[in-house]
Amino acid sequence: MDNRRIDEIINKYDGKPNSVIMVLMDIQHENKWLPREVLEKVSNKLGVPLSEVLHIATFYKTFSLKPQGRHEVHVCTGTSCHQRGSAKILEKVQDLIGIKPGETTPDLRFSLEKGSCLGCCTLGPEIVVDGMHHSNITPDDVEAILKNYK
Amino acid sequence: MSDILLTIDGKEVRAKEGMTVLNAAQSSGIFIPTLCHHEKLEPYGGCRICTVEVESRGRTNYVASCLYPVEKNLVVRTRSEKIDKIRKVLIELLLAHAPDSPQLLEMAKEYGAKSVRFGKEPSFCVLCGLCVRYCAEVKKKNAIAFVDQGPKREINFIPEIASKECWNCKECFPLCPTSYLQAAYVLTQGLVGFKNS
Amino acid sequence: MARINSAAQLEKVRKDIVLKKDPNKPCIAICGGIGCLGGREDLIRAFEKEIKKQKLEGKVDVRVTGCHGFCAQGPNIVIYPEEICYTKVKPEDAQQIISETVVGKTIVDRLVYIDPNTGEKAVHQSEIPFYKKQVRNILGMNPKIDPKSIDDYLAIGGYSSLAKALLEMKPQEVLEEVKKANLRGRGGGGFPAGLKWETARNAPAELKYVICNGHEGEPGAYMDRAIFQGNPHLIIEGLIIGGYAIGAKQGFIYTRHDMPRLRENIDIALEAAREHGFIGNDILGSGFDFDIEVHLDVGIFVSGEASALMRSIEGKAPEPRPKYTRTAVKGIWERPSNLNNVETWANVPQIIGKGADWYLGIGSEGSKGTKMISLSGNIVNSGVVEVPFGTSLKEIVYDIGGGIPNGKKLKAIHFGAAMGGSLPAELIDTPLDFDVMSKLGAAIGAGGLFVMDEDTSMVEMNRFFLEFLADESCGKCVPCREGIRQMLRILTRMSMGKGKEGDIEALEELCEVGSLASLCALGKTTSSPIYSSLRYFRNEYEASIEDKGCTV
Repeated sequence: MDNRRIDEIINKYDGKPNSVIMVLMDIQHENKWLPREVLEKVSNKLGVPLSEVLHIATFYKTFSLKPQGRHEVHVCTGTSCHQRGSAKILEKVQDLIGIKPGETTPDLRFSLEKGSCLGCCTLGPEIVVDGMHHSNITPDDVEAILKNYK
Repeated sequence: MSDILLTIDGKEVRAKEGMTVLNAAQSSGIFIPTLCHHEKLEPYGGCRICTVEVESRGRTNYVASCLYPVEKNLVVRTRSEKIDKIRKVLIELLLAHAPDSPQLLEMAKEYGAKSVRFGKEPSFCVLCGLCVRYCAEVKKKNAIAFVDQGPKREINFIPEIASKECWNCKECFPLCPTSYLQAAYVLTQGLVGFKNS
Repeated sequence: MARINSAAQLEKVRKDIVLKKDPNKPCIAICGGIGCLGGREDLIRAFEKEIKKQKLEGKVDVRVTGCHGFCAQGPNIVIYPEEICYTKVKPEDAQQIISETVVGKTIVDRLVYIDPNTGEKAVHQSEIPFYKKQVRNILGMNPKIDPKSIDDYLAIGGYSSLAKALLEMKPQEVLEEVKKANLRGRGGGGFPAGLKWETARNAPAELKYVICNGHEGEPGAYMDRAIFQGNPHLIIEGLIIGGYAIGAKQGFIYTRHDMPRLRENIDIALEAAREHGFIGNDILGSGFDFDIEVHLDVGIFVSGEASALMRSIEGKAPEPRPKYTRTAVKGIWERPSNLNNVETWANVPQIIGKGADWYLGIGSEGSKGTKMISLSGNIVNSGVVEVPFGTSLKEIVYDIGGGIPNGKKLKAIHFGAAMGGSLPAELIDTPLDFDVMSKLGAAIGAGGLFVMDEDTSMVEMNRFFLEFLADESCGKCVPCREGIRQMLRILTRMSMGKGKEGDIEALEELCEVGSLASLCALGKTTSSPIYSSLRYFRNEYEASIEDKGCTV
């Protein structure tokens, strides 16, 4: 991510120290992850200690400190999806792409996340790929779904 | 400003507005055990060892004395069956991390805590945060950070800052109730390769 | 649109909107809730395309609305003016619906809901058992309005409660009305909102804040986003009224980052409200100034805890701070900050508009008004419902929820997810009531009702809740962080039938210490589900001890 763009984002919030979460979120949204030098830059620009920026960046699950895959696979493991068998779906996804939640495949094709009820319990169990919900699935459906994402 | 009168362990104590129960107790020679508290630092309320029983407006509550502000006619008890139980369990939980910490072992003796109550945890750190807070609040260097959340939370030296600031300071080392801090420092040093002096 | 400067102007604008609307013009109201569309737009596009194809542009409206509630039968649509309901609608149905129902005024039988018990067809929402037993004072507006259109909200009388509050009532009177209505916070505790408002109002400070907590991080709870996404002006109107009563000029909305449609609707609503002069200086010519800023959660449950939320508005890591001084007195930047959740704010306009006496006529003795509940788990009709307090859980689960699927028996009804509690099937006649349920150990929480059938293991369920909390807590204080860690260890081995002698006692001790000594509400209530399941399902825990030789 180039420095000019980071400056633009920081300026959007008037460079106020309390905008650190929003600034990081905008950067995460555009760049999909937060490189160390970006964190340092945000820390310097906003006058927030790097230790505090790191605390925030590692605290929230939305922030990634590692490069992310082209496709984000999210397995809902909310209470209702759990009750309807999401653990087996997650297991199947892990088997197929070979990574655990929070990780990214070496070819940067997929990043895997679990958790966070999205409030569509009727659709569960489900996996969400790049924001698209694949609902009421069984472990056997997973392979066909993932095939569509190159 | 007029003094506030409260009762701690049956003894009448005089305190100033804005003081905490812990301050008030200490100033009148009443002992409350603490772990994450340090007089030079802002109260933190993380370890909860200083939990006491307060009675206010007819209700009994368990509060962290390092944070609870004194109020008129407050009745405080620093020991009771429940308080002792709370402290015992808290110490047992921490001993799972640092079974050899002298400070914890001494408290364990007082409260009958057993070091084998819970399974051994791999990290020595009890996350009292003394190092992180001392570096930020007293030294204003911010060379140590809390990272991650929940049971995954840990402390990290920030190599970019630690490599410049820590070698001639190390004031946080003696604050650590376990041997973790020094280990973390040496590890960071080894990984990043900055010099000791 | 020019700004509106008086009550008379507001009424004139409303009349003009209503006059301009042709009540007989067909409109297809498509539920835009995530449970219906699942992140797809193809159903909406299909109707738009079909309208063009059949050359009906301008003659038929498509309205993408908020959640209608009946997620289990989604995607749902309602066709106006006849208010015909179709369920499980697919994009390929658009052609037939438009030619046969919108134009031909006939019913497409295969899309009509059939009551599985009686086999009867239900063409209108009012005939569907799921809707029949509800009192949808809040949710009922959703199908009628396009959340992106302030005109739709104004047409049904929107912002008239704000006008009444600002122009006919003193702040103190607004406060008294809310106190009299006994509005209780819908976010979890059921604390009287009026008392909290009063504390904030009486706190001596120049600057005060009101906050709408739309974090809704509790798994299985999704009614707040249903109403916020579907009717954002309702919440905004409530928040401004609250600001007026308390003496706050600044409001904050804290909402989810992971629902783009929700955020979009809030932003559009705020802009429209600003253009019309409902936000800004001298609102409706009353002299009252108020503004609203939106903040987003960044994906962790603990940030919905009031003090943690306020820290994150300050831009800090959302670690809770001990609330020995209430946030209503010292909150954001140490200033009085009154926080209520989305549903609480949604109740405010009707209390002011229709009066506390009207409101007191709904609900039970100690819990007034309606409650939105989201149904999930082993239940036929999962979705969002709204019922008066006092409705029995039996009515909610069976009459509205359609019972348990696959011929299974009900085992337990759980409220409040990882910080709540379970009631066994025997207590199904319990009324939905803050006090009654909290005495039974299953506080309503935010209102997520989770149904468990006979196959559920309570030990495994509680292990799952702890796993959730481990991922979603901050880790600052020992009783919560280390307590969760150790309880998770114990429950993990118990759920495999490998519990040890003394494990139940250790759980009880950790629960007690956690609930007494933790720093924030999250830590203090992590033990609630374990407490309640030990109370009603202790035998399952006992059976999970290996030495005793049997497993669940």
